[in-house]
Amino acid sequence: MPKLIPVPTELSKPYWESVNNEQLIIQYCTDCQKLQYPIRSSCYYCGDTKSLDWKEVEGKGEIVAAITIEDGRLNRRMPDQPYNLAVISLNEDPTINFYSNLPGIEPYHAPIGQKVHVVFERVSSDQLIPEWELDIT
Amino acid sequence: MITDIDNSWKRDSDGLGVWEHRGKVAIAGFGHSPVDRRWDEVNLESSLGAYALLACRKAIEDAGMSLNDIDGVVCCPTTISGDSGGSASNWAPRPYFDPPYDSEWGLTRVNAQWLIANLGLKNVKFAPSTAPTISEMVGLAAQAVGDGLCNNCLMIYPTGNMAGRYRRGGPNASDYAEGDSQWTAPWGNHGGNDFINIFPHQQYCRKYGGEHDDVAPFVLNQHRNGLMTPWGFNYQNNIPQLTHDDYVSSRYILRPLRLWDCDRPVNAAGAYLFTTGERAVDAKQPPVYVLNHSQHNFTFKTTQPTLDEIELWTDIAAQRMYEGSGLTAADVDIFNPYDGYSIMAQFFLEGFQWHGVKRGDAFAFYAGDIRVEGPHPLCSSGGNLGNGRTRTAMYTDSIEQLRGTAGPRQVTTRAETALAAFTTPSSGGWIMLGKNPD
Repeated sequence: MPKLIPVPTELSKPYWESVNNEQLIIQYCTDCQKLQYPIRSSCYYCGDTKSLDWKEVEGKGEIVAAITIEDGRLNRRMPDQPYNLAVISLNEDPTINFYSNLPGIEPYHAPIGQKVHVVFERVSSDQLIPEWELDIT
Repeated sequence: MITDIDNSWKRDSDGLGVWEHRGKVAIAGFGHSPVDRRWDEVNLESSLGAYALLACRKAIEDAGMSLNDIDGVVCCPTTISGDSGGSASNWAPRPYFDPPYDSEWGLTRVNAQWLIANLGLKNVKFAPSTAPTISEMVGLAAQAVGDGLCNNCLMIYPTGNMAGRYRRGGPNASDYAEGDSQWTAPWGNHGGNDFINIFPHQQYCRKYGGEHDDVAPFVLNQHRNGLMTPWGFNYQNNIPQLTHDDYVSSRYILRPLRLWDCDRPVNAAGAYLFTTGERAVDAKQPPVYVLNHSQHNFTFKTTQPTLDEIELWTDIAAQRMYEGSGLTAADVDIFNPYDGYSIMAQFFLEGFQWHGVKRGDAFAFYAGDIRVEGPHPLCSSGGNLGNGRTRTAMYTDSIEQLRGTAGPRQVTTRAETALAAFTTPSSGGWIMLGKNPD
């Protein structure tokens, strides 16, 4: 069963377009030199709306927490239950995190603390989303 | 009469000092409707509107006032139930009934305008067109009375629930993730407080030691307190006491979050009558004074809040409340934090350091004696877990404890101050109540 398909806004369009090109870019405040994700209209730190630029990140991180969704509310995902939902911290700034279903890892077996890297998964004919797979050690 | 308001009434920043109306505003009455699991869409005597009217009349009667005394009405116009909750909880178009049930207002939704018309209130001069949820409405009503915008303010919180599984429609039934859900829903997170708090809870267990099921004594005690609460769902519907075996064998929702870690959606309404301290002295019931109200609304730094953020936010909320009330943790007798998901309570307990509980100590505290008869009567209300998702239990129990009318729930420890909230760590508000104005 496919995942929900993100609907880009004017603000998030560059992000989702880069994901479609299998690149991970996130916002970067040129004033306070901080990275930011998710995409928003102003800098979380300084509040400035004009200093936000885009910056490509390496796409490496770590699993910091994980649960297993057994009875979620999203209809489209119900056939997938149970499935992992993990929080991935980004290496470049561990205060930034992403969600992942940890493709390739059985439910209930999310290895917290393990290193992961970004991959891109198709959710519709014209949209990819970032996912995170375990690094091969 | 219906007026627009801004957010200037809020006490939602740091360093505001003691509340200027401390002890000059009081709660003189409260009233509850019956608590049903759902409205059957047929019986007009148990629609959300009918229940809201009933709760209001009971609150006025409890205070010994009349309809003509009421000059303020604060009512949250949304309902938490429905296909997806919030404003989407609207089943229209549907066949309607005779007035006043000839639209969605009064059936599944209630607002100040509908209440004023159907209660026949003739002297209302303050009735915001929009009002936040109960966590902030108690502050709004208290501030309005303190500021002199009204003298006797009814505050009503209707909570609807109807047929079908809770919040499975609307955006949750869509194939698309729009708006902020583009960052969460593709991976399975619908964006609720269950997700917001379960990851920090897991981090909590790892950081301080312990397992998820260490919250079981707290959940069981909430159910126990609920069975001593006549205005709650469990009491009214003869729900058997939850056992430890029931809890640890219950199915998972978001593993490790279990079914019994979640509150039960209900159809009910609760109302409170705020008045001036002077008027409350002569009211039918002993006055319960408002010593402070405070709010918070923290912006997420990234996709998923972490334990560090949750602890910081609850520390800030506690600091604001203690500063504004002029009290310390040692002064708080009754502590009724929100428990809509059991896993939030430990963050509040430790943030406010009630009975000296510090970070990482909550599970050990739960394992001690937290019964209402004991030395640490945590959440004497039974909260949402013990009473259903009315989101009013924390307030009503606090009032009853200070009045000394909590019956079998009456704590055996001192009951002169009470701290109550329907709030999450990230947004909402707290209220401090006192038996005495100073």
